[in-house]
Amino acid sequence: MTRPDEPQSSGLGTVEADVGASDDVELAASADLRRARRHLLAETLGPYRLRVAAAAACVLTSSAAQIAMPSLVGIGIDRGVIRHNRGELELILVLYAIAAATDALAQRVAQRLVGGVAERAVYDLRTRLWRHLQGLSLDWFERQKTGRVISRATADVDAVYELFSQAALSLVTAVLTMSAIAVVLVVKDAVLGGVVLGVIPVLIGATWLFTGRSELAYRAVREKIALVLVHLTESLTGIRVVQAFTREPLNQAQFEDINSQHLRANALTVRLMSIYGPGVEFLGQISVVLVLLVGGFRALDGAVTVGTLTAFFLYLRQFFDPLQELSQFFNSLQSSNAGLEKIAGVLQAVSTVPEPSTPVVLTRPATATDDALGGGAEVHLERVTFSYGREAVLHDVDLKIASGETLALVGATGAGKSTIAKLIARFYDPTNGRVLIDGHDLRNVSTESLRAAVAVVPQEAFLFSGSVHDNIALGRPKVTRAQVEAAATEVGAHEFIVELPDGYDTEVDRRGARLSGGQRQLISFARAWVSDPRVLILDEATSALDLRSERLIQRALAELLADRTAVVIAHRLSSIEVADRVAVVEDGRIVELGTQPELLALGGRFGVLYDRWLASTTTGARLA
Amino acid sequence: MSPELRRLLSLTRPHRLILGVATVAGFGVLACGLALPLVTEHLVNDAILRHQRHLVSRLALIALAIAVARALFNFIRRNLSGEASVRVEADLRARLFAHLQGLPISFHDRWESGQLLARATSDLNTIRDFVGYAIVYLAFLALTAIGVIGAIAYRSWPIAALAALLTVPFLWAATRFNRQMESISAESREAVGEVATVVAESAAGIRILKAFGVEQGAVRRLDTAATGLLDVNLEAVRRKAFYIPLLNLLPNAIMAIVLGVGGFQVIDGSLSLGAMVAITQYLFLLVVPMRYVGLMLAMAQQALAASNRVFEILDTQPTIRDAPGAETLPPVVGEIELDRVTFRYPGSTIPALDELSFTVRPGETVAIVGATASGKSTVAALLPRFSDPDSGAVRVDGRDVRTVTLRSLRRQIGVVFDEPVLFSATVEENIAFGWPDASRAEVVKAATAAGAHDFVSALPQAYDTRVGEQGFALSGGQRQRLALARALLGRPRILILDDPLSSVDVRTEAEIEANLAALLGERTTIIIAHRASTVAMADRVILLDEGRLLAEGTHEQLLVGNEVYRRILATDVEIEELAR
Repeated sequence: MTRPDEPQSSGLGTVEADVGASDDVELAASADLRRARRHLLAETLGPYRLRVAAAAACVLTSSAAQIAMPSLVGIGIDRGVIRHNRGELELILVLYAIAAATDALAQRVAQRLVGGVAERAVYDLRTRLWRHLQGLSLDWFERQKTGRVISRATADVDAVYELFSQAALSLVTAVLTMSAIAVVLVVKDAVLGGVVLGVIPVLIGATWLFTGRSELAYRAVREKIALVLVHLTESLTGIRVVQAFTREPLNQAQFEDINSQHLRANALTVRLMSIYGPGVEFLGQISVVLVLLVGGFRALDGAVTVGTLTAFFLYLRQFFDPLQELSQFFNSLQSSNAGLEKIAGVLQAVSTVPEPSTPVVLTRPATATDDALGGGAEVHLERVTFSYGREAVLHDVDLKIASGETLALVGATGAGKSTIAKLIARFYDPTNGRVLIDGHDLRNVSTESLRAAVAVVPQEAFLFSGSVHDNIALGRPKVTRAQVEAAATEVGAHEFIVELPDGYDTEVDRRGARLSGGQRQLISFARAWVSDPRVLILDEATSALDLRSERLIQRALAELLADRTAVVIAHRLSSIEVADRVAVVEDGRIVELGTQPELLALGGRFGVLYDRWLASTTTGARLA
Repeated sequence: MSPELRRLLSLTRPHRLILGVATVAGFGVLACGLALPLVTEHLVNDAILRHQRHLVSRLALIALAIAVARALFNFIRRNLSGEASVRVEADLRARLFAHLQGLPISFHDRWESGQLLARATSDLNTIRDFVGYAIVYLAFLALTAIGVIGAIAYRSWPIAALAALLTVPFLWAATRFNRQMESISAESREAVGEVATVVAESAAGIRILKAFGVEQGAVRRLDTAATGLLDVNLEAVRRKAFYIPLLNLLPNAIMAIVLGVGGFQVIDGSLSLGAMVAITQYLFLLVVPMRYVGLMLAMAQQALAASNRVFEILDTQPTIRDAPGAETLPPVVGEIELDRVTFRYPGSTIPALDELSFTVRPGETVAIVGATASGKSTVAALLPRFSDPDSGAVRVDGRDVRTVTLRSLRRQIGVVFDEPVLFSATVEENIAFGWPDASRAEVVKAATAAGAHDFVSALPQAYDTRVGEQGFALSGGQRQRLALARALLGRPRILILDDPLSSVDVRTEAEIEANLAALLGERTTIIIAHRASTVAMADRVILLDEGRLLAEGTHEQLLVGNEVYRRILATDVEIEELAR
């Protein structure tokens, strides 16, 4: 029996996935999770149960045909060949052909059914998971690392797919066939069967030992490759620093150290595999030797026939053939289970800002005509307290922003400015109190109409892959090119966009890497412009801009904010000149509120901030 | 043999001894495999049919010996070819890493790090699997086939002929299947990539999706990608369901030939019963490898593609390296001169720098100011030779930087970039990045100078606190101060600050500037700046516009005399003051 060495797909092939999903600790398999996993599995396969049943019938048929064939060969030898009975041999040949054809047909149907179910069920699972993820509130995403979210929707789904599409069928068929063979062997000759099957406990013991060792060894490989990846990633993303500080030789030495650790871990798995593989094969050969020895004597005694011996050889091959693949399928089963548990965990998470049962739709006041941009809305934080975990971030904040007003929020990092912004956008609900737009509690407002009414421009301008046009039109995909250009012109982005290789059709690189920070932010302003919200929140939106771009934007801002309600959060006080009123936030409270001249006259905290800002922009000039 | 394949195989050259021994062991495995059916033949013909009881245990013993030998050969073969494969992987990865580190910044700007990572991981895995399995495997397949068919033909040429004849269409089907699957799996990989892109982007940009209420758009995008994947995979299912059962039919069909043809031959007396049983065993030797031949061929093709991708990088010549006969730059005084420097970014028609000339005196602090894309950062990149000018020259102490060794040049220049990069290591290791042998005292001194000592001391393990991706999260200002400390540690004569304060808030900016002001006096400094307060630290300001020097002078001079400068840098307060 020669068998090829299967690729070690249980090894490095899955490393990338595992590195992304190294958060298994918190998900130690509890009974709840197991139940959730089974439930999810049933839900996912439920719609396909008829096809699964039909596939099971096919698998049974195919296994039966496979079991019949060696016996037919044995009977053919005994009754046809040895007794020189040509008629009998011909009959057996016909039966053999029927069995082979049945096997092939049943396999074909089973593969199509199982394959089709696997693809569709995994598609269902993936899209369902994704819909659910998109519906989860922002606080959920903030608790997760982005990498984890990604590995839920890719690596974990892929693990399930791996099982469904490849391992499941082989696993079921192999287990079925192997048990049937064991029964057939004993029925054919109890003594010979018993002796041969004596190898199985040894096999199981060896496999058990091997699985334990190889799991450790492969884990070591994964850990080492993760180190290799981290080192590689950091060296590549930090290549400027590496080269600027001529760190290359030391870096190379460090990398080679990690690399050879990985090599050693890898070599250990090679050694294990090269013991286990030939070992299993050796056990198969031992069973052949046993058939030769015991079978030989029993044949001389007349207890078994030559045909039976031949059948035994054939059965042993069928028995040992799938063994080495089987351990890989068990790996696949395990990672699929882990994947299902993690996915079930995500599906159980609920949004903390649920859609109301009878949603109120925010509408533009009837006075605003259709083609006129703008039109504000009144925003009211009514005695709002908000706790993040146990710590209260906002204390009893009461703030009314009139329709069309621009309010600036200033204060130190962590004072609670961004939290106010997030509450107005209903990324969170307040712990106490209410947030109202046009008098409607946001908890009662339909999410869709709220998103249409409120837009946020965050500090980091995020661009999606696609063209500049697509990125500007993000909030309103049906907008025309003319409208996109108009928006870009208003915010001062048109000028550089037309100089890009394909103008508005230029594909922005992944995460907008090739546009400068300022340019990206200008695009995201144009995006806000196009979506034409009634309430616009600029959350540190200008802090990445250089002064010139900021000045450009400020002119645009005056336009953009003209008759909308706006909340502007900024570090640089130059960015808040457009504000009608300023609120100074400190430790989760609004400590000062008024127009800039009022606050300056007051000489309080805003005065201090203003002086400091003034100093930072002009001191040097005056001193020199 | 194609040159590409030869190149792939050349990777195994350092390990040819190991692979040679593995090949010898492979012969052993093959010989044992061919020998075992002989035992069966003898058992049936001589022991059972002729009732020679004493032969049974002797034959069983021989079979046991063959089994043991085979297991040993097999172990040696797998162990050694596996060993060679993981070594090829490690060698190639170390080589790739060294090469990547030597490639210029322009290369790294052009390539996404993800693509490079994929080459250093999954492509190398593919090559490893090819070396570990496919090479030895494919080499022995033909040999095995010849041996088995010979052994069968020796006993019954009609069976051998029919079996060989039957194998041909199956082999044809197998290659066809593989070719079809290859294009399908390429499509499938692409579809998987599409899904991954949508997922990664939407996960990273979830705030924007939520802010604009376009989560449904993300759902639709994923649905489109997942449907694409579904369609491709369903096609693969159809192909597999057709071909795999068909290919599984081959051994059964050959067995039918053995039973039919062989059975009648035994009845005729032209074949012994033992030989017929032995032939059934010979078949096993052939059947299993046949099943994997397609897989192995596919593996070989993938490995070829992977090695092409890896060599694509290894073949990229580092354009910025020591010139032949480059000298060590002796400790510099710190005079910098740009002499009619022109520089174009690849693929750009407009020069980023256009015949730019200026000189910086030793110890002088010069601020470079200009609108976005005026060429400021390009100037900063030319000094440490991250780029070389297309024409003109950059000189340090009067020596063209291209005539001295990179190492001696870069070790005398401290650079702080606009985005501070920290590595997954302790604070101390991050500061001592360029000078790993620096003492703790030197590290503390640099940190103090950069205004980082106070906050570092307050960290859980002070200088031993781990930072970076997996470590303690530091604010932008804190990270930038560590980057500054890193640049100061080597006490460079020349300091380049490439917009180092762009991502810090006003208060931090003021603090860092206070630290900086004290440091700049002693060394030549080029500082790229956006803000008036930073510029104010400079002795002189150079105003760039579209790669050309528009004006130079002190901040006040330019503020009064230059309209462009005012637009770029002046605060509104100053404009008002000037207007008054």
